[in-house]
Amino acid sequence: MSAREAAGTASTRPAEGTDDDVLLRVRGLQVHFPIKKGLLLDRTVGHVRAVDGVDLDLRRGQTYGLVGESGCGKSTLGRAVLRLEEPTAGSVELDGQDVLALGRGELRSLRRRMQMVFQDPMSSLDPRQSVESILTEPLRAHGVPGGPAAWRERVLELLEVVGLPASAAARYPHEFSGGQRQRIGIARAVALSPDLVVADEPVSALDVSVQAQVVNLLEELQDRLGLTYLVIAHDLAVVRHISDVVGVMYLGVVVEQAPSDELYANPLHPYTLSLMSAIPVPDPAVEDSRERILLTGDLPSPANPPSGCRFHTRCPFRQATRCHDEVPLPRELAPDHVVACHWAEEVRDGRVRASSASHDPTAVVADERA
Amino acid sequence: MPDRRPPSAVPSARPGGGAVPAPEGEALLEVRDLGVEFVRRGAEPVRAVDGVSLSVRPGEVRGLVGESGSGKSVTSLAVMGLLPRRSSRVTGSVRLAGTELLGMAPKRLAALRGDQMAMVFQDPMSSLNPVVPIGTQVTEVLRTHTDVDRAAARDEAEDLLRRVGIPDPRRRLRDYPHQLSGGMRQRALIAIALACKPRLLIADEPTTALDVTIQAQVLELLRQLVGETGTAMLLITHDLGVVAGLCDDVTVMYSGRVVEEASRRELFGRPAHRYTEGLLASVPRMDAPRGEPLRPIPGTPRDLLPWSRACAFAPRCAHADRACADPDLALRELQGLPAGHLARCAHPALPESAAPVTAGVGA
Repeated sequence: MSAREAAGTASTRPAEGTDDDVLLRVRGLQVHFPIKKGLLLDRTVGHVRAVDGVDLDLRRGQTYGLVGESGCGKSTLGRAVLRLEEPTAGSVELDGQDVLALGRGELRSLRRRMQMVFQDPMSSLDPRQSVESILTEPLRAHGVPGGPAAWRERVLELLEVVGLPASAAARYPHEFSGGQRQRIGIARAVALSPDLVVADEPVSALDVSVQAQVVNLLEELQDRLGLTYLVIAHDLAVVRHISDVVGVMYLGVVVEQAPSDELYANPLHPYTLSLMSAIPVPDPAVEDSRERILLTGDLPSPANPPSGCRFHTRCPFRQATRCHDEVPLPRELAPDHVVACHWAEEVRDGRVRASSASHDPTAVVADERA
Repeated sequence: MPDRRPPSAVPSARPGGGAVPAPEGEALLEVRDLGVEFVRRGAEPVRAVDGVSLSVRPGEVRGLVGESGSGKSVTSLAVMGLLPRRSSRVTGSVRLAGTELLGMAPKRLAALRGDQMAMVFQDPMSSLNPVVPIGTQVTEVLRTHTDVDRAAARDEAEDLLRRVGIPDPRRRLRDYPHQLSGGMRQRALIAIALACKPRLLIADEPTTALDVTIQAQVLELLRQLVGETGTAMLLITHDLGVVAGLCDDVTVMYSGRVVEEASRRELFGRPAHRYTEGLLASVPRMDAPRGEPLRPIPGTPRDLLPWSRACAFAPRCAHADRACADPDLALRELQGLPAGHLARCAHPALPESAAPVTAGVGA
């Protein structure tokens, strides 16, 4: 990582204080979607708490990986940071500037500095636009000086950066494979030399052998352009590979956050533990010997999240006290390692063990039978 | 764990069920030289599957691995006889417990499907009927293939849902697919597939649409079913992690042909084909040191050569040379690798000590 860190610091603006190299600061961010009922009256009968109070700091030149299952609010969080989704409460600061207070015009000019890479390149690229037109659009929209001639040059430069031939400019998205399309999406995101790029599942729609190409490209671009990434993904192996800091989300809240190596070496939150034990490893020896923590049931509805710790309904380490009635606050148990669990130390030290009865679905069945 | 299944769940007299017993150790499914061509008027036929052979024994899980377009799903559809008759040509032989399935009368094949062999598809939302309650969809299979009455079928459906881990099955029987979560839907689909205790279960990417924690639950369920009932399973997937955890033997496909076949440990320990090797190297791993760049396979699965001219993987292969332009590259055993480990490669990756049988060129 030394090369990357060096590149990261090289691109960093002179930092006076420790806080100055935080590019993105999110505090208490909430995104609630109203649930409407009724044809005429349009009553609001409740809220889906997609994101429910998230804090995060993203340093310049670093990559923050956000993992979680579908429906945990990770994509909504990414979109809310860019104000593609209007947050209900909280604050988002990009380089000290309050993103949520901006008017339309100011927001538009700030979008130059924050861009997004979407999951499905087929649906995020206009099939009727040529690649050149796709890549020129952000330049034109933000009035990049130089006019068409300079824009064309920039397009060729962008294609070169993402590893596509110059001839690609005249072609249309359907003529490319999935990996190449994702390269076009990445080229569009970096066209305006943004500071922050939010990448929502950048590789999950791609073939296995192609995923690695795109992951490498993202890392290369970070070195070259000094980008800061917020990467949203469900694949923990990919996130671990590219992230400096990883946050684990469950039902709208970040339950654990730590530097990547630390998190994967010493996961503390029971949800992180079960998530990691659930990931198949392409090595039979590992697969045969590892101990699995199987979770029961599905993600509860974010419209009506469980009381206390949101994970307590599925937690194999659930205790009789505190878990169901007291919301666990994030605590720093190791340097930069923040966990929101009442019993994290006990789980770590093995004083609290996973109850087998509660996490083995077939055992429950057998009990019912008996 | 036979005590988990009450005897009532196994209707003793069932016409068509378990008619042809396969001896232990012998393959239940035997696919030989399977070829599938899609024909279209005014266009060259497309060869999607080319000379694929594989076998699955009872109680065994065979993994079929490949990227999109490798022909793995078409292979499974051909085995089930689900390819459109007008636009596809299937050649070769598919035997289920000794009975040839290719060319079988559609009615007889339909009687086998759901009863002797069943399939779990990738996307449960599009393979369940959205306007029919789950319960009806489960009992439908039972009522078609067995002569249980309505009430008994209902009880058995409830029991099936409970066995696949759906809580409160009696209530769930009345639910429509959209009322179930993704994991529950996939379980319901598995319950339907298992309703008649098929001897062959084909699972086409059964967990790809699911979250990891739910995936772990479903895989565990499949593992138990195979262990308990001796079902033969053909698992189609692109996820090497799933293969490593669940499969006994693995067949790797590329562009319609089998490029490597080995036991699970062999394949992951000593991948011989350069494609398998590249695939394993390109996957980020949870237990590998962080920070090294990944080693991707260059190009895309669409950069192909036709097998009739050369190795289809050659355009993406770092070891390709003139020897790869051999139209007769055979799936063969390699010196230094145990019998049963086959690869179709001119320059296989081999342990240091061993040399390839024919090609002397250093790989």
